[in-house]
Amino acid sequence: MAFLAERDQQAVRNEFQRIQGPVKLVVFSQELVAGDLCRQNEQLVREVAALDDRISVEVLNPAIDRERAEAYGVDLVPAIVVEGARDYGIRFLGIPGGYEFSNLIDSIIAASSGEATLSDTTKASLAELTGDVHIKVFSTPT
Amino acid sequence: MRLAQHMAIASERVTATAIEATEFPDMAQAYQVSGVPKIVINDRVEFMGALPESQFLEAVLQALEPAEP
Repeated sequence: MAFLAERDQQAVRNEFQRIQGPVKLVVFSQELVAGDLCRQNEQLVREVAALDDRISVEVLNPAIDRERAEAYGVDLVPAIVVEGARDYGIRFLGIPGGYEFSNLIDSIIAASSGEATLSDTTKASLAELTGDVHIKVFSTPT
Repeated sequence: MRLAQHMAIASERVTATAIEATEFPDMAQAYQVSGVPKIVINDRVEFMGALPESQFLEAVLQALEPAEP
């Protein structure tokens, strides 16, 4: 069964008209750790990627593709890395359903251009950060 | 997650990870997630609920302040 109803697909397609460059969704799956969740996550990502030619998908298994998983800093599954011209450090752990789904779509569009939708003041402050900042956002599907 | 991911795009120093709490209960417990969205920055600064951009930025900057002696 598809995750995205025809109506949702159309809505996402419309959003994707704002995509400006290639985006790669790197999916981390590991059957033995969380088979069902990883399969669902992979399916959701493939359905999203099928809505625009500029989105590609690569599936990695952290137990096999160890070096690459380490380079991405991913050791949990299911996980998604949203990559544009570079790896911006955007990760989704767990299936991005509910509210996080719209953030996944938004992150794809933003990563495609590398343009952040933030005020000039915020951008100026971020440009002067003196250390690394890791932001975790916990959410639930509903 | 929206603000966090845009900050990650704006700065190479920022990373943003969305975590589905029910799929990672151990992590949710470790970070004492009792409601969502819960935001944790550098394991130092945390808050619950959506904040306006300026206050979110303040939290980011606060997470980088030197620790109190």
